Amino acid sequence: MTAEDAENTALIVGAGHAAGECATAIREQGWTGRIVMVGEESHLPYQRPPLSKAFLSGESTAEQLYLKPLSTYDKARVEFIPSTRAERIDRNAKRVTLSNGSEIGYTKLVLATGGRARRLKLPGIEAVEKLQNFHYLRTLDHVTHIRNQFHTGSRLVIIGGGYVGLEVAAVAVKRGLHVTVLEALPRVLARVTAPELSTFYEKVHREAGVDVRTNAIVSEFELDASGDAVAAVRCADGTRVAADLVIVGVGLEPATELAEAAGLAVDNGIVVDEHTRTSDPDIFAVGDCTNHPNPSLGRRLRLESVPNALEQARTAAASLCGKERVYNSVPWFWSDQYDLKLKMVGLSQGYDEFVLRGDPETRSFSAFYLKDGFMLAADTVSRVPEFVLAKRFVAEKIPVRAADLADESIPLKNLLPQSN
Amino acid sequence: MPLIRFIQPDGNEAAVSANVGDSVMQTAVNNQIPGILGDCGGSCSCATCHAYVDEAWSGHMPTAESYEVDMLTCAMDVRENSRLTCQIFVTPELDGLVVRLPGSTT
Repeated sequence: MTAEDAENTALIVGAGHAAGECATAIREQGWTGRIVMVGEESHLPYQRPPLSKAFLSGESTAEQLYLKPLSTYDKARVEFIPSTRAERIDRNAKRVTLSNGSEIGYTKLVLATGGRARRLKLPGIEAVEKLQNFHYLRTLDHVTHIRNQFHTGSRLVIIGGGYVGLEVAAVAVKRGLHVTVLEALPRVLARVTAPELSTFYEKVHREAGVDVRTNAIVSEFELDASGDAVAAVRCADGTRVAADLVIVGVGLEPATELAEAAGLAVDNGIVVDEHTRTSDPDIFAVGDCTNHPNPSLGRRLRLESVPNALEQARTAAASLCGKERVYNSVPWFWSDQYDLKLKMVGLSQGYDEFVLRGDPETRSFSAFYLKDGFMLAADTVSRVPEFVLAKRFVAEKIPVRAADLADESIPLKNLLPQSN
Repeated sequence: MPLIRFIQPDGNEAAVSANVGDSVMQTAVNNQIPGILGDCGGSCSCATCHAYVDEAWSGHMPTAESYEVDMLTCAMDVRENSRLTCQIFVTPELDGLVVRLPGSTT
C-alpha cells in the first residue's frame, strides 16, 4: 500500500448489516478513494434475522443470506478483508492494526463492530461452552452448527425467552423437536413488551407444544458419560431438563473494546452524535454498538435493530463524505413466530396507559402504550395496517385517546388529524 | 438470464440481468438501483422495495398475498399496479419486465 492510498481511505471495521450498507453507500455518496471493509467472520455481510427463522429451518442457504453478492462490492470498488480482526486503532497516526499483522491507514474510520451473544454467567461456563451440543446464536456459523444437530425427536433446551429464543422454539417444534424454553424472569419477552403480550406468546407456544417455563434460573449443566456433551440443564429450584441440544439466547453485548482502548467515549455502546460521529471527528460508529441520540425520543439509546443499523450506516456514509445528515428515526422491530407477524414501533418504557385493540384469542390484535395522551409505542400482531398507522402516531406525536384506540368500530385511520 | 428494466421517476433507465429465483428486490439491491432498499431483507416487513409493475407483466406473476397488500399500505403513492418487489420472484417469463420506481420510498 502506498502512502497515497492511505491519504484517502474510508475504512470500515466490521462486516454486518451496518458495514455492508455503509460500504456501498460511501461510494454512492461520491467517495473517490479506497473503501476497505474488514470482517472477523469469513462471510460477506449477511441478513441476521433469518438465522433464527428461515435459515435455521433450512429454507434458505448461506448465499441467500448475503445482503449483496461479492460482484456488487467489486463494482463499487469496496475491498473486503474477511476472517480478520481489527486489533488496535492508532488515532494519532490514523492507522488500524489487523490480526493478520498488517496495518491500514485511514482518512475516515467507521466502527460497525456490532455485538456478540451475551454469555451465561455461571461458574465453569468456559468448559460448557466448548461442548459440541451447546450453542449461542448470533452468527451464521453458529446456526450452521445448530442445523446439523436439529433432528426430529431431539430434545432441545432453549435458555432465554426473548425474540431469538421464541423464534427458535417456533421453528424447532414445527420440525418435530421436543422443545423446552427456560426463562429466568416471570414472563417471556419481559424486557420488550407488556405482560399481556407475554401471556399471549406463552399461550401460543404452549399450544404449539413448547414447554415454556418461567422463573427458571439455570444453575448448572450436567454432562453425559463421555464428558463431551450436555446431558441435562439444571435450574436453581432443582428441576432437571434432559437435553440433546442447548441453545442460549440471552441478549447481546455491544463490541466496544476496540473503541474503548482507543480512548473514544463509551457508555453502553460507542457514544456518537446525531451524525453518527464519535468523540473523534474522523471516526464514526454505526449499528448495534452505538449509544446514539434520538431527537424524536429526546434521549440517547442503544438499539439492537436492523432498520437502525441501515439508517445509521446511510447517515455515516453521507456525513463522512461531507454531506452532514442527521439520524432521526423512530425505532421499529419485527418478529415472525409461527403464522404470527409481530411488528413493533417505538419504545414503551414509561407508559402510563396500556390499550388492547382486538381480542388476542383471534391471533390478530394490537397493543398501544400511551403516555400523557400520546402514543409511545405499539405492538401489532398480524395487523400490518395498524402498525403502519401507529408509526405515524408515534413519529408525528399525534394525540390520541385510549378509549378511541380500544374501540374497533372506529377505524384507526379516522383518529389521525382531519387533513389526512 | 431474464432482463429487468428499472425506470426512475426522471426517466433514467437501468437494464440488468437477473438470476431466475432471485426476487426483483434482490436484483435491484445487487445492482444498486436507487429507490429500492429492501431493508427487511425480503421478509415483507418494511415496504422499502415498493415499485410499479407494468400491466403487461402482471399476468405473468402471482398476485399479491394479503400480507403484501397490507404492507403496501406502508408505502407512499400506492397505485393499482403497486407491488413490493421482494415478493416477485424472477422467472424466465419475466424477461423484459419493466419496473417503475416511485418518487419516494416509504
